[in-house]
Amino acid sequence: MAASKLLRPASRLLSASRSAAPAFRPAFRPAVITPSIVARRYASDGGVKEMTVREALNEAMAEEMEANEKVFVLGEEVAQYNGAYKVTKGLLDRFGEKRVIDSPITESGFAGLCVGAALAGLHPVCEFMTFNFAMQAIDQIINSGAKTHYMSGGIQPCNITFRGPNGFAAGVAAQHSQDYSAWYGSIPGLKVVSPYSAEDAKGLLKAAIRDPNPVVVLENELLYGLSFPMSEAAQKDDFVIPIGKAKIERPGKDLTIVTLSRCVGQSLVAAEQLKKQYGVEAEVINLRSIKPLDIEAIVKSIKKTGNLLVVESGYPSFGVASEIITLACEYAFDYLDSPPARVTGAEVPTPYAQKLEEMSFPTEQLITSYAAKLLRV
Amino acid sequence: MSLRSMPRRLNPRALRRPSLCHYVSQANPRLGLAWQSCRNVASTPTAEKVLFPGALNSEFTNNLEFLRPSTNKAISTFRVLNQYGQVIDQERGADTTDEEALELYKHMVCLNIMDLIMFEAQRQGRLSFYMVSTGEEGISVGSASALNPTDTVFCQYREAGVFMQRGFTLDQFMAQLFSNCEDSGRGRNMPIHFGSRELNIRTVSSTLATQLPHAAGAAYALKLKNQQNPDVEPRVAVTYFGEGAASEGDFHAALNIASTRQAPCIFICRNNGYAISTPTSDQYRGDGIASRGAGYGIDTLRVDGNDIFAVRTATKEARRLALSDGGKPVLIEMMAYRVGHHSTSDDSYAYRQKVEVEDWKRRDNPITRLRKWMEDRGIWNEDKERKLRSKLRKDVLGAFDRAEKKKKPKIRHAFDDVWENVTEEQRAHVEELKDILTRYPKEYDLSQYEGGIESLDELLQKKQ
Repeated sequence: MAASKLLRPASRLLSASRSAAPAFRPAFRPAVITPSIVARRYASDGGVKEMTVREALNEAMAEEMEANEKVFVLGEEVAQYNGAYKVTKGLLDRFGEKRVIDSPITESGFAGLCVGAALAGLHPVCEFMTFNFAMQAIDQIINSGAKTHYMSGGIQPCNITFRGPNGFAAGVAAQHSQDYSAWYGSIPGLKVVSPYSAEDAKGLLKAAIRDPNPVVVLENELLYGLSFPMSEAAQKDDFVIPIGKAKIERPGKDLTIVTLSRCVGQSLVAAEQLKKQYGVEAEVINLRSIKPLDIEAIVKSIKKTGNLLVVESGYPSFGVASEIITLACEYAFDYLDSPPARVTGAEVPTPYAQKLEEMSFPTEQLITSYAAKLLRV
Repeated sequence: MSLRSMPRRLNPRALRRPSLCHYVSQANPRLGLAWQSCRNVASTPTAEKVLFPGALNSEFTNNLEFLRPSTNKAISTFRVLNQYGQVIDQERGADTTDEEALELYKHMVCLNIMDLIMFEAQRQGRLSFYMVSTGEEGISVGSASALNPTDTVFCQYREAGVFMQRGFTLDQFMAQLFSNCEDSGRGRNMPIHFGSRELNIRTVSSTLATQLPHAAGAAYALKLKNQQNPDVEPRVAVTYFGEGAASEGDFHAALNIASTRQAPCIFICRNNGYAISTPTSDQYRGDGIASRGAGYGIDTLRVDGNDIFAVRTATKEARRLALSDGGKPVLIEMMAYRVGHHSTSDDSYAYRQKVEVEDWKRRDNPITRLRKWMEDRGIWNEDKERKLRSKLRKDVLGAFDRAEKKKKPKIRHAFDDVWENVTEEQRAHVEELKDILTRYPKEYDLSQYEGGIESLDELLQKKQ
């Protein structure tokens, strides 16, 4: 037990907080972090601008490519076609075909190629049309991308970013509707982030590109077109969000809802419903980063609320929710007033039928009713 | 991968064996002369040929000359008809009777009309997705016409013509496209993922190029079956793919294993110039997909895909070759131009000129070329064309209407087939669902689902 605690990054985070040392290891240029975070906190409303997640991702890549000539984008349809989901729109015109490269249809091939480029010192951004297609390339991502630094005795860093939409979209049936958060989240050596809003998307993608480790950025196709406010600080080109820090999207005192990606939006709506219907104040935590996981923030919130609900769209077995509930039980058991619960995707191959597909994933109503059941209200 | 092969390499017995090519003693005699000569000709200092096990008939040379594929003449494209629908080699002829030709023509036109109607229907939001075969009708219809009905087919996703030629009815197409109760896939797939056990066509899978190793494996199984049952007519496996899919690793693995195992597999590549937006110039270098076949030691042919007679003749010959000498793989690269968009999710004018598409439409396509031939023979005219088109249009729309009105698949299909048997957990779910449906019949309208609530009982009665 003691040994397993020592091995867990989470326990390190917890003990670190007690000694008041900064738990977060700045992985990128430290000069950048401080001002951006400070500035973010006090963003004035005046400069806030609406931006879609798609534009934010595009801006993040453009800024990083501008700032560092080692950064390049490679993937299927990223150049001529501006990306299958138009995320790389305009990058070819701006940076030329040497840095925005269309790849043949060979996921394992171009993922391997990007890993090779990263081992040779470049900072590739490898776009998968969706992470469902990255199944072809998972050997390269995990065995080459995530482990080469370790296996080479630390002489071959692999600064690579894998990005693309993850999870289900609409009507693409079982083989193209999977959530890979838990898959990649279980690999030592990989960092995994999952942005929700436009600010998240920009800050996390920029952090991922700068991070010297391989980072998997799990985006969501259904969020691409949604607009979010961008604070003045987030509009600047030095804006980054530290990997490994969760964000409290909505403070509350009765229930902690831990969630990620598209489910953050759903949980926020559910929290409003809970307030309206039951007068319950739910705190919604946007994980932002799956690995490393900000268990400190979760524990802090549980200490305040005494109740935990985890919402995610992956399969229930061995998933992100199971991991969070386990950690909560390990580190905050005594603060829990009720058994923690989870709302996840259904454990079936995702149906093609629209109604069944809708029923296979968390909905706002489902989150509300589970929360109410958990709180016995 | 490399770890697994290591013990084999270090096999001490193999090391002690004196012969240079020590695998030969275990090799099957079907491997042919090259391997035998390796065993027979001893490695003498004066030998003119090299006896490296990896390159048996290579002669020594003192010329430092790299192979330069770019300086080679491009592989020729086989055709039977010229652009004007005239047979070039009168001796061979069209190799098709008039009735057969009419049948092929009918299927191509029918496919074309179905494509037009379904593409529009998708735009109207009546189905979620569709892919057209425009410009490639000749490849799927023609090649399927040259196969045996018992041959196993693994399609990619643009081979509706294969289904049509093999006897998939319009009602079956529509049932799949609308996911109604008649859909053999039980409404679990996106549109165009057809499949038919009766027609020996495996269900189309969304994942790209995975069908190629499957076909190689099926071909190997068929090879063994052909050997074991010499009285039954021998069968081959056939697989279709685009030139884009040929970039996936699976393609290379499939060709390599089909070649080393000498499996009777026909690989049919539809080289239509575009993989979604990626033109062939960004997809590969070298002389098309045909040059890959040669590299793997596979008999290869390039064919004009707009010439349905060429497609037919080539596929027939490929089938004969595939079954000769106990079986071997064959690769055919069918050249075409993708006149339609990649799918309903694509607007190809974002990456290619409309005039380029219009040019191709005018210049050549499989339907008009066959029509020219039929008109020259005096078996077709404008009047017949008009009648055929209006009849087929009516047929397609009829099937469309019927399919849209059909009930939805049984609700039991939401549960079964995840595993072979219904698990205990699923049983509990089904019982709970049944309980809710019976208690609140007004809340849940089951009238639009085939079999209503009774279908759940069928499932519960199924053996565990």
